This record gives sequence, structure tokens and C-alpha cells, in this order.
Amino acid sequence: MSEQIKTEATSLPDPTQVREIMLEPYPAKTKRKRAKQVLVNDPETPPKIGANSRTVPGIITQRGCTYAGCRGVVMGPVYDLLQIVHGPVGCGFYAWLSRRNLARPDTGESNFLQYCMNTDMQEEQIVFGGEKKLKQAIQEAYDIFKPKAIAILSTCPVGLIGDDIHSVAREMKKKLGINIIGFSCEGYKGVSQSAGHHIANNEVFKHIIGQDDTADTAKYTINILGEYNIGGDAWEIDALLKKCGIHVTATLSGDVNYGQLARCHTAMLNTVMCHRSINYIAEMMEKKFGIPWIKINFLGAESTAKSLRKIAQYFGDPELQTRVEEVIATEMTALQPVRDEVAAKHRGKKVALFVGGSRAHHYQDLFEDIGMKVVSAGYEFAHRDDYEGRHVLPTIKIDADSRNIEELHVEADPERYTPRISAERRTELVKEGLSFSEYEGMMAQMKKDTLVIDDISHYEIEKLIEIYKPDLVCSGIKDKFVIEKMGVPCKQLHSYDYGGPYASFSGAANFYREVDRMLSTKIWKFVVPPWEKEPQLEANFVHNVRIKDTKKETKKAA
Amino acid sequence: MRKVAIYGKGGIGKSTTTQNTVAGLSEMGKKVMVVGCDPKADSTRLLLGGLAQRSVLDTLREEGEDVELDDIRTEGFCESLCVESGGPEPGVGCAGRGIITSINLLEQLGAYDKDENLDYVFYDVLGDVVCGGFAMPIRDGKAEEIYIVCSGEMMAMYAANNICKGILKFAESGNVRLGGLICNSRKVDNEKEMIQEFAKRLGTQMIHFVPRDNDVQRAEINRKTVIEWNPECGQASEYRQLAQSINENDQFVIPKPLKIPELESLLLEYGLFN
Repeated sequence: MSEQIKTEATSLPDPTQVREIMLEPYPAKTKRKRAKQVLVNDPETPPKIGANSRTVPGIITQRGCTYAGCRGVVMGPVYDLLQIVHGPVGCGFYAWLSRRNLARPDTGESNFLQYCMNTDMQEEQIVFGGEKKLKQAIQEAYDIFKPKAIAILSTCPVGLIGDDIHSVAREMKKKLGINIIGFSCEGYKGVSQSAGHHIANNEVFKHIIGQDDTADTAKYTINILGEYNIGGDAWEIDALLKKCGIHVTATLSGDVNYGQLARCHTAMLNTVMCHRSINYIAEMMEKKFGIPWIKINFLGAESTAKSLRKIAQYFGDPELQTRVEEVIATEMTALQPVRDEVAAKHRGKKVALFVGGSRAHHYQDLFEDIGMKVVSAGYEFAHRDDYEGRHVLPTIKIDADSRNIEELHVEADPERYTPRISAERRTELVKEGLSFSEYEGMMAQMKKDTLVIDDISHYEIEKLIEIYKPDLVCSGIKDKFVIEKMGVPCKQLHSYDYGGPYASFSGAANFYREVDRMLSTKIWKFVVPPWEKEPQLEANFVHNVRIKDTKKETKKAA
Repeated sequence: MRKVAIYGKGGIGKSTTTQNTVAGLSEMGKKVMVVGCDPKADSTRLLLGGLAQRSVLDTLREEGEDVELDDIRTEGFCESLCVESGGPEPGVGCAGRGIITSINLLEQLGAYDKDENLDYVFYDVLGDVVCGGFAMPIRDGKAEEIYIVCSGEMMAMYAANNICKGILKFAESGNVRLGGLICNSRKVDNEKEMIQEFAKRLGTQMIHFVPRDNDVQRAEINRKTVIEWNPECGQASEYRQLAQSINENDQFVIPKPLKIPELESLLLEYGLFN
């Protein structure tokens, strides 16, 4: 089938036909649903996508749970916040350093990233309640580590039996005199890990941000929101900004400490990397403290340069702008040889990305740098605004699953609200082309007739590889080895496998080399799966067949 | 061994009826074990002459894994065997899970083994079928016959109907059956006729009509079943009759729960407008 729809060897298949092939075997209800999530892109007028909806059981999703989004993604990287997972040991164990968030604490600072702390809830706690054990765990952790603050993160059973972690947090906070924060991030909430990001945002905003009004003395201070320092990305960005004379008050939440979070509301600008996981905090900080936010992306040389220029433009200091231009020129010159070398070898090669809630978009810029072609992309857990742009926000239907997650009502702080720039200046900047509180989404940047696939299914990935024969797929650990078994190299963009950093100019060089390494190796040509060597048992999907009503038959027999 | 569970609306008199019936069966020479499935652990008070029992879950918590049958099972009136599952205090933890744990423990400890020579095991279950844990006695064949205690009051009948829905669900996948309704009279007009009709429409029987008698309260204040407190009184023979009917019962059905309008019309027909 895949051969029929290709006109020439070099040209891409007709995406409408590919879409039909992908949807063809589904039962009617699944087909209706997936049809809203598998779309042919038009960057001018992006079609409406059925994102952030419940996963169809059986499609073998890449998604994670709410607990993963809160504990694993947003809270995990905060290195001196002692984090206790309240629940059985399994979920506790999987919070252990699984995402390669790196940290370099200053001398004398605590670093809990290498620890895995858990209440090890057992049958007794399920039956009689786990609050007592949780209090003991907090006390024990405090006695041993004397942390600045403690976070409690709930797993599923905590919500089922109704342990009140927030009252435990209040009680122990009073007793120990340190900040203790509860996160009701039970895994079953929401349709994906996205709900967990929102819960983390809410609690960090309510209980941490604004606790300390000490401002940094630097002239230009910014926060980087939605950068988790996988493989050291945040360090590259920090170093680059330092060269330009821009100080990062806090990165949320890569290589960040509790103190930085507590006073990050003193910064002059919020810059947002991962829109999905942290736009809530950006919005709430603007309302409460008057800090505007802009969307940036430090993945890819061109987008890094663009992001630096945006920040300099915001501050409007000619001296800063000149320095930024100098840094860009120097970095670009240094990067050029490797960029050219890799581009010469791999220009025009095909890549597909299915990852994250921003990553599938950001890394397209790195591939664009070296002339590789994105044929298809999609997020695991993003919402419509991450695909189509924030302008669709008012039209997003709030369903029961989203309503389940608290939406904070935020007002301007009576004392601390200070607009960082005047209304006139803001209008002026907008006229100059700098957009605030805006994210145009992934589809606007992707080429016409590329395939956009939300929450991709196992079957769709297999079909995609079969038909497009991409040279590289970027994905996560759940499907990495399936893709590699099909003879296609797969780069994990959750944890970077063992690599990184890939952010900033220096990181871009690493990424180009990594792509070169993966595409140049011949190992994939040697992979001969067993089904190509010997005959295998074959079977077909049978669907829409009424399953025999066994109950009725048994009754009749009785 | 017959495995019996008693369900019914909260406060309807399940524990009182169960213990008095058990007293009747024990008096007949039957070997009976009562398992209280209420976190309050007060299902065996009358048989034991007070709250003398350490619950399975408390014992498990205090002794760890090293628990023996004698630690959690006490002999009561007429050699009846009494067990309290126990559970958390109100508002914490999961009582349903507790019941699952304690029934599993009883099984592991051999409480149901052949050499115990039990004729009956009675489960006295809290309130309605609220969640998986409270349905435990009717799951997996832990209980095979159910009696629902009810009265002519609307909410009691409503609860009984709901419990039938629970039984229906498990009856299809297992061998649990409804043995009948026990009407614990609240002196509602036409109560006996209405419950008989209700039972008929559910596809079952009213196995006994227990009249309201203050002797039940008198016995309770003395921490005794009626049969132990005053074997000669009329109420004692009512419970003996109930025990006899259960012992002779052979009518075990899959109930047909009523639709709410049908239930309401039944109430209108027999109760309110006469």
C-alpha cells in the first residue's frame, strides 16, 4: 500500500492518503476520535485539533500520569526542596532521578536530587489512613536533613482513601517552622501528565513564589520558565545570557533552589520555554506582580539568536542590544563549521517528532538549522493552544477532566504589583513586533501538508515509519525501541538518552554532532528482524464484530 | 457450611437481628461463626456480653504477621464464634479495604477449614453496598446467601432494592443468591403485606416478620441476645422461628430489583393512602 501512494522516490507521500491509511482499521468510535487528532497541516489556517482529550484505551499511548507531570517534570528538578512521595513504593521509586535533571548546588547547599524519599504506604496505611506515617516521614526527613522546605506529593491511593495531606502540611509547617507544601497530584487526575503540571504550577505559585522579596542587584533580570535542565541545557542558556549581561533570577525549574523560586517574582521579565508545562505561572505572575512574559526558544541556533534579540528588545538598551549582537555573531561564527559540515551530509533527510508538550516544536528549529525536513510531528499531552496558538484559548471547550483541576483566581498584589514596563512602552514594543503573552503554536511553523498527530498511537507510528521511511524519529522511552527495531534511529527527547546539553549555540553543536552520529552509523542496516528471516504467524484485526453475549447463553443453559 | 451475609439500611437492626438469629441457631445446636464487617466493631456485643473483642485489623496492626486464630476469635453465647473485622476511625483510611484484608486473613488462618465443623458463617455488613470492600462478603463466594433486613419505611425499602442491585451484579458472575427479606417491624401501616408484596416483586420471600418489642431493647441494655436474656418471652420465640426458617430455607434466587417508580407505587398502594 505504501508503495502505491508514492509518486517518485524523492517526493513525500500524499498526507491525506497517509491519514486515511492510518485511520482505516479503527472501529467507528475510535476512528471518529483519532480523526480529530491526526491532521494534515496548513500553517496559514491551522485546522482544529482534538488535543488534551482522553486517550483511547488500547492505542498504546506515550502519555504519563498526573503524578509524573507534577513530581517528575515540574517539581523534580528543584534540588534543595525535600520531596516526599506519599504512596506505595513503586511510584516513589520511579521519581528517582529518572529525567536527568542536573544541578550544581553552591558549596554548603543541600542537594536532594539523588535521593528518593517515600512513605512506603502499605496495607495498614490504606486501611487506617496514612497521615500518621506521613507526619513521621516529614519529622524524620527534617531531623536528618534540616531542609529549607518540604514538598509532599500524592500518588493514587492517597486520593482514594482521602488522606488530607494539606492539613498534615499545615500542622507540620507550624511544628517545624519551615515551609511544607502538599501537592494533590494523584495519578488518575486529568487525561495526561498535563494536569500534573497545572497542579504543580498552582501550589508553587500559592506557597513558594513571593515568599522572599529580596531582588537581585543585576541591571537586567529575567526568569526562564519551562526549562528543566535536562542534560545541562539550563547551564548553557545561563552562560550565554551571562555573556550578554542578562542575569537569570530563577529557572523554573532546572537547577533551581527554593530560595530562587521564593524571590523569582522580583525579576523584570518572564521568558517561557515550555509553554505547556508552565504558562499558568507566567500568566499568574503577570496578574499578581506585573511581570510580562514572552515566548522564547533556546533550541536551535537561529531561534536562540531570535530569543536573545527579543529579550534585548524588551529591555530597550542600545548597549545591551549591541552586546547581544556581538555575542550572536561570535557564537554563530564558532558554530558555523560544524553546522555546515552536518548540513552538507544530512540536508533534506526526513525526521518525525512525537514528544512532550513543547519539545516536538522546539527541536524542529535545530533540524531546520541543518536543513533536515520535518515530515510529521505531534505532542503527547499538549492542548490546542500549543498546536494552533494561544488565540484559540477563548474557544477551547472546558471539559469535565479539565474542570477537575483547580483554576486559581489571581488578583494584583496590593503592595507588590508593579508593571515592569509602562503601558505606552508596551504598546510601542508591540508595534515594533515584540509580542507579549503570545505563543503561535507548532502548526504555524510546520510546513503545509506535513502530518500533525496528537497522542500518536503505536499503530500510527508503525504506519508512519513504513510509509515515510524517516531517517530519524525523536520520541520518548516508551516507543524508542519499537522504532529502533524497525531499523530507524530514535533520539529520546525526554532525557536525551545519555547526551546533551542541546540548548544555546554550544548545545546546538552537540545536537548536530549527535544527529550526524545517529544518521551516519551503519548499524541500522544490519538489523534484520526475525520476521524477515523466518515465517511468522500472521493475524488480522477484527473489529465491529459483536462479541457473543456469553452471559445470556449461560443463563439460557441454566 | 452455609455462608450467610446480612445486609440492610444503616440503623435497621442488622446486628441485633443477626445476633439474635445466631443465638437461635446456636441453641438448636448449630456451630456458627459471626464475622462483623463494621469498622465500629459492635456486631458481636450481644453474643459476647459486651465489647470484649479485639478486632482482626487491630490485632494485625499490633502483632504484625504473627497472628493466630485464637487472637481474633472469641467464643460467645452457646459456643458461637465471634470475630470483628474492625477498621479505621471515621473519616480516615479505607474501611472497605480493611474488610478485604481481614476476610483474607481469616481464610489464611483456617477459620473456614473443614475441621472447624462450622454449620454457618454469618457476615454482618455495614449499611448499603457502598464500595468494593463492603461488597467483599458477596464477592468470590465468601457469602452465598443474603438476607436483607428491612422495614416498611421508604428508605429501608429503597436500600433493600439497592442491595438487590449489588447482589444481581455478583450473582451473574458467582453463586451468591438472595435468601429473603427479614422485616424488622417499625409499626408502619400494612407493613407485613407491603413487605410480602415487595419480596414477591423482587422474586424472593419475606422469610420472617419480626414484630417490634421493647424486650429487644431490654436485652440489649443487658448486653444479651433476647434468647439469653429471657428465653421464655415472646420475642425469643420470634427469633427462634426466624432461625428455624433460615435453617429450612431452600429458596435462593437472583433478585429482580425494582425500578424506582415501581417501588414508589408500591408504597402508595400499601402505605400512605389507606
